[in-house]
Amino acid sequence: MEVLIEKLKRQVIEQLNLVEVKPEDINPDSPLFGEGLGLDSIDALELIVLLEKHYGIKIEDPKDGKTIFQSLTTLAEYIKANGKS
Amino acid sequence: MNYINSYAHIKNNSVYVNGEQVFTYDKNATVNTFLSEAYHAINLVYPKFHKMDTLCKLGLLCAEFALQNNHFINEHHLQKTAIILSNSSSSLETDKLYQHSISDKNNYFPSPTIFVYTLPNIIIGELAIKHKITGENAFFITEKFDANLLVDYCETILNHNATSAICGWVELNENSYEAIIFLVEKKYHPDKNSIFKPLNQQIVTQIYNQT
Repeated sequence: MEVLIEKLKRQVIEQLNLVEVKPEDINPDSPLFGEGLGLDSIDALELIVLLEKHYGIKIEDPKDGKTIFQSLTTLAEYIKANGKS
Repeated sequence: MNYINSYAHIKNNSVYVNGEQVFTYDKNATVNTFLSEAYHAINLVYPKFHKMDTLCKLGLLCAEFALQNNHFINEHHLQKTAIILSNSSSSLETDKLYQHSISDKNNYFPSPTIFVYTLPNIIIGELAIKHKITGENAFFITEKFDANLLVDYCETILNHNATSAICGWVELNENSYEAIIFLVEKKYHPDKNSIFKPLNQQIVTQIYNQT
């Protein structure tokens, strides 16, 4: 799980152009939206693309996003349970 | 009478504020490298900047240089500040980037981040969000910088609801770019960082041509 979280940190930084954020700055349990990384609604869409592009996961019900994208840890758990790669 | 409080002009990898060069960078550097260096030079802390497309970065930075050390934002009712911008190439660079990103059907992942910048008036949105400006706005596409159009539209708005306006030209076409942003006010209250010249076509054309 730790390896996946580290990989996700790098992918999120790259996909969302978080130029001023370093992987070590991201607390995997901090909220991704609002506080924490302070992501916005466009970032949420970009994370959905990231999931599909890198892990072959398509989120069918947008309501699930709230739980899945709570933090990097919840995202990693979801990928582990549903990912194809 | 309406007045130009201040202006910033960006071209040829240099930034001019009220006619004086305040930043310059390697003329051979790409526009993105130059804008990144200018961002650091102005000590702007705005992480969202890095997510913007090149056109928005150019427009936002030009406005920031004009607004720096200026009373403009603090002294105006932001709901009565208008934003009027124009250019020639619309959002063509990002349009091409988006088109390229969806051209391979076997690798089809449209990027929402790129898509939101496929309209030029998003520059107005970015400025409005950063400074909480809620006044009227308009974006015009014209073949070249049109001082007459900008002055006329500014005056019309300032004669009605608005008390101030941010107006100008933000153009990007491949590696060719130029931005000029004027801060315009209805009242005359200059300070040491303002130029306070009357807003008219002759002055705007003269300023545009001099730097």
